[in-house]
Amino acid sequence: MKAITAENIVKSYPAKKTAVYALNNVSFAVDQGEIFGLIGPDGAGKTSLFRILTTLLLADTGKATVDGFDVINDYQNIRNRIGYMPGRFSLYQDLSVQENLEFFATIFNTSIQENYALIKEIYEQIEPFKTRRAGQLSGGMKQKLALCCALIHKPSVLFLDEPTTGVDAVSRKEFWEMLYRLKAQGITIMVATPYMDEAGRCDRVALIQKGKLLSVDTPNGITGAFNKPLWSVSANNMFGLMNDLKKDPAVESCFPFGQVHHVVFKGRENGRAKLDEIVGRGNYNQVTIKAIKPNIEDCFMALMRE
Amino acid sequence: MKQFVIFVKKEWLHIWRDRRTLFILLFMPIIQIVLYGFALTNEVKNSRIAVFDQSRDEATRAITGEIGASRYFNLVKNVYSYQGVEATFRKGEIRLAVVFPRGFRYDLLHGNHAQVQLIADASDPNTANTLTNYASSIINNYQQTLQPAATLPYTIKTQVRMLYNPELKGAYNFVPGVMALVLMLVCAMMTSIAIVKEKEMGTMEVILVSPLKPFRIIIAKTIPYLLVSMVNIASILLLSVYALDVPITGNLGLLIAESIVFTITSLSVGILISNTAKTQQTAMFTSMMSLFLPTLLFSGFMFPIENMPAPLRVISNLVPAKWYFIIVKDVMIKGLGFTAVWRETLILVSMTAVLLGVSIYKFKIRLI
Repeated sequence: MKAITAENIVKSYPAKKTAVYALNNVSFAVDQGEIFGLIGPDGAGKTSLFRILTTLLLADTGKATVDGFDVINDYQNIRNRIGYMPGRFSLYQDLSVQENLEFFATIFNTSIQENYALIKEIYEQIEPFKTRRAGQLSGGMKQKLALCCALIHKPSVLFLDEPTTGVDAVSRKEFWEMLYRLKAQGITIMVATPYMDEAGRCDRVALIQKGKLLSVDTPNGITGAFNKPLWSVSANNMFGLMNDLKKDPAVESCFPFGQVHHVVFKGRENGRAKLDEIVGRGNYNQVTIKAIKPNIEDCFMALMRE
Repeated sequence: MKQFVIFVKKEWLHIWRDRRTLFILLFMPIIQIVLYGFALTNEVKNSRIAVFDQSRDEATRAITGEIGASRYFNLVKNVYSYQGVEATFRKGEIRLAVVFPRGFRYDLLHGNHAQVQLIADASDPNTANTLTNYASSIINNYQQTLQPAATLPYTIKTQVRMLYNPELKGAYNFVPGVMALVLMLVCAMMTSIAIVKEKEMGTMEVILVSPLKPFRIIIAKTIPYLLVSMVNIASILLLSVYALDVPITGNLGLLIAESIVFTITSLSVGILISNTAKTQQTAMFTSMMSLFLPTLLFSGFMFPIENMPAPLRVISNLVPAKWYFIIVKDVMIKGLGFTAVWRETLILVSMTAVLLGVSIYKFKIRLI
């Protein structure tokens, strides 16, 4: 049995004149014990999809199941067994860390002691502040507490909506380590993130843009499907270089990517020679040209263009 | 059950830790009772009057003295001409003027017939009526003292007895009304923000994705506020007795029990508002605006319901405060027992059941 299935999910919101489609014919399936990433920019429809799967929203059309239960008819069964951490901090700010955890343990008919092993490693980090009100915790601490509260009843499927947004790099790394430990316990995890670099940490990812899934595959599968040579170019005048590259008819796309530009050509011509030619026309110093492997972001950009 | 207890505890912590709001919730009824108790009254007391005495004899002085000594009137001015009377009225200094003609006592004793003129400011007709009635009755009293032994062959004497409120104190009518008004507003306001707050803070999203049932959420939310309301009932009753001088004639236990029933009805009204409102502000305003006027108009303590047109009389039945007002008057003022108020109690209980039922039914199990 699949942990999560979605078939042709459509969700629209009424706008001024026409409806805005937050999700347009979305279908995918998540296996048991998988870490499934939903990667896409803000406003792509990630939260709508999460809310439909967590039974908080009704889709216009389409069918979805979580743990074998239908999200519409069996919503209470789903609510009893999943863990959900919304994108916005949604715990009681005027309750202390411990009170929040106790509250969520009790409403799920369990106790902190019963599933302490599951949250031990996360909770130990926030335990020094257990009497502090949740509203006074730092951003990373809040996320850790929210994860503890979502986990305390040992859910079979865990939904994390942008758990690492606004969290520092070190905490993000720790957060992912926790997710691997949870995966090892057999918990299926569906995680949404706007950060492309986190995609590589998932077992499989779905790239979502404007309510449509661009691709669903393993991170390697997605980068492997990138069938054109990719070049990284840098020089002293990056802005001028970008303009020159974009002007050239042979160039299909050129994106600034940190310190370098990523360039893809339209045809299958000799990229190296072509790049030398473009750079040679301008007056550039310290030119570096490298053939590189595409990452998820390159694939996302390419898929968006199609 | 453990789920339920922890939810109540959580709600209690929200209230307890928000000290400022708790302070407001506990002190607002006290301030309102004092404010409405003293300000909301249609009693005529200490009305300012003037006397234009053209006779200045023993009889006019005696009548003037009687009028001035009554608690309804406060003699502020003697005027010496009709122009003076009019000028004083125009300045708004007085509500009533008493005019004695020349030779009042002489006419009275020798002509058996004397006249006195009462001039009232009838821009407020009710007050003008009341004032002239009071003044006339004082003058009639004086007339009777003149001939105590006179026995007329056929006389009808009206014997008036004012039951439950022999001193005709307005507070006896107003205090139950104010109690109903204050309890209604405070209780409904408290719970009206309870559910919508969770929606606003985003916590609703997490508690929806849990085994909690709407029924339990709603009941658990009312219980801590019921505790706060009990404190309010106590302070309102204490103020009524000690500040507004309205004694509790009936059974105190029954009065408290009925107050708790009404409180639960009011809390349920708040819950229903909270269920449908989108923001805390809307909820607050709805509970203030939509409850204040109907409670004031239709509970019967300001405007007699019997005098209203039929459609309004029907509407008044839907106002919980009306029934509580009747109960409090019966129990507190008249000293009646449960047998006298069971119908009203039953109405309040059914209203609560319907309100809670609708709240649970309308409780949104999903977002939007």
